[in-house]
Amino acid sequence: MVDKNRVLLEVNNLKVSFDTYAGEVQAVRGVTFHVNKGETLAIVGESGCGKSVTSQSIMKLIPMPPGRIKEGSIKFDGRELTKLTDKQMESVRGSEIGMIFQDPMTSLNPTMKVGKQIMEGLIKHQKLNKKEAKEKAIEMLKLVGIPTPEKRVDQYPHEFSGGMRQRAMIAIALACNPKLLIADEPTTALDVTIQAQILDLMRDLQEKLDTAIILITHDLGVVADIANRVAVMYAGVIVETGTLDEIFYNPQHPYTWGLLQSVPRLDTKNKERLVPIEGTPPDLFSPPKGCPFAARCEHAMRICKEEFPEKTQVSDNHYVHCWLQHEMAPKVENPVAERREG
Amino acid sequence: MGKYITKRLIYMVISIWLIATVTFFLMHAIPGDPFTDSKKLPPEIMENLKRKYNLDKPLIVQYFLYLKNLAKGDLGISLRYKNRTVNGILFSAFPNSAKLGLAAVGVGVTLGLTLGIIAALNNKGFFDYFAILVAVIGVSVPSFVLAGMFQYWFGVQLEILPVAGWGKLKFMILPVFALGFRLIAFQARLMRTNMIEIMGQDYIKTAKAKGLSKPAIVVKHVIRNAILPVITVLGPLTAAIMTGSFVIESIFGIPGMGKYFVDAINQRDYTLILGTTLFYATLLIMMVFVVDILYGIVDPRIRIDE
Repeated sequence: MVDKNRVLLEVNNLKVSFDTYAGEVQAVRGVTFHVNKGETLAIVGESGCGKSVTSQSIMKLIPMPPGRIKEGSIKFDGRELTKLTDKQMESVRGSEIGMIFQDPMTSLNPTMKVGKQIMEGLIKHQKLNKKEAKEKAIEMLKLVGIPTPEKRVDQYPHEFSGGMRQRAMIAIALACNPKLLIADEPTTALDVTIQAQILDLMRDLQEKLDTAIILITHDLGVVADIANRVAVMYAGVIVETGTLDEIFYNPQHPYTWGLLQSVPRLDTKNKERLVPIEGTPPDLFSPPKGCPFAARCEHAMRICKEEFPEKTQVSDNHYVHCWLQHEMAPKVENPVAERREG
Repeated sequence: MGKYITKRLIYMVISIWLIATVTFFLMHAIPGDPFTDSKKLPPEIMENLKRKYNLDKPLIVQYFLYLKNLAKGDLGISLRYKNRTVNGILFSAFPNSAKLGLAAVGVGVTLGLTLGIIAALNNKGFFDYFAILVAVIGVSVPSFVLAGMFQYWFGVQLEILPVAGWGKLKFMILPVFALGFRLIAFQARLMRTNMIEIMGQDYIKTAKAKGLSKPAIVVKHVIRNAILPVITVLGPLTAAIMTGSFVIESIFGIPGMGKYFVDAINQRDYTLILGTTLFYATLLIMMVFVVDILYGIVDPRIRIDE
């Protein structure tokens, strides 16, 4: 249920397109979701499904033009972000919404001291003077677990390792204590041990600072580690949302099944092959009018190709867009729920 | 740092020696000698002349004699300019060329970078196409055509600037722009491309996500990173332009170094060929060194530590 007092971000029917020479790319085609205060929402899906565009649209970071928000609303803390001017948006970015990106190797300015990169936001939003900002920067570096922050604050990004750079990115994003942190594949470019450290750090900081997190990822392991709720995105639409347990143990959409089945598991007794999802996602120049997953779905019916399925409520927080939910649809065994019980 | 500079100085000496050696032998491979062309000289006089300048000795002996003098900083006596040392020629002509060249570099870099930055910020807009137009004209129109046009417009038609001459500031304006126009075009194009590339970098998105305003991002994050390649080309460019342009100096009647490069070869003035070549080489190597130091200041990743 959507509790109005706890909702921090509400995205409604968001549509984002890019106008290219080849035509209009409909990257996001009507996305609706919300984030509560202090919780972690994971948006999962394969490459090119519109996860990053969705998150960057919230910050209005997509290049406009060619990108444009066609319709929909993004309500953050009671304010409509799509209606804000560039100047007003600047005071939201960094101060109320922080963002970290996928590749820490390229996300820091190589010719500017790390400390200064943290200080910039503080000076702009919290009107600190240089000295105060530097103290705060050292404090932030300490908070994200960088040893000898007094020394590190005057170093350049190339003197930091990959994991440390991502920590520094988190320090930048959280410096002004934003209410929402958007993490766009924050661990994809890191090796596995560092991934775990960064996720631990994000969880710790979330508890300390009570920040809500939108986590964009295609790694279900990361999702299981940190998310409260999950939205599964496919070809520019959210096909299923629910709590972590609902998505992992009682998924309803065949695409979610496919995603879960393609993850290797440690607890199976006999060696099983991973099950890939055959085929490729649809072309977003001319997305299908029906369910976008129909072409790859083994349970696809005639209606699936013709009409996009309505939202069906499975439980309190669990919604799915799938014709299999319809009362006239044949009963299909849920392969994932099956497997978990077995 | 001290160790690094010493190392670079040693490399510099080695480079200059190699250039001197290659130039020396290549130059002697040109058919004829300084005294063959003009009038037919009686064989006896020819003998005497050759003896005077040591040209009668075996080539290898001449080579070592030259190196010995070079080590002392003596570039020898010009074989064609009567009673003038090569050092004397270079040091009387170089200041003029250097003054002109540095002014052209100054104008070229300032205007070029400004134009490039404006163009990049106005990507695909009016100023962008204007900058591209200037760049295309600047790169494709030879400097002597520009020089002639400038002389005609500003000297003959408008009569606001002297057509040629040297000595006062007003004489410098036309040649500086004729020489600098290409630089403006070149730098503008380079800066525009770099800026556009840097603006697409992830860390610019980070800066934007911090809530910085567009001017702040451009000044603090984009320009510093975009200027690196400009600095790289600046060293060799400055060395080349400071040693004079034969064409521009001839057109505007400037007593610079440009003509000696050309005359020396045409007249097979051995000492002057070596002199101009080595002078240019030394300046070039020094400029590259300065650029390396500058580069380290701008980009911490390649800063030279002890």
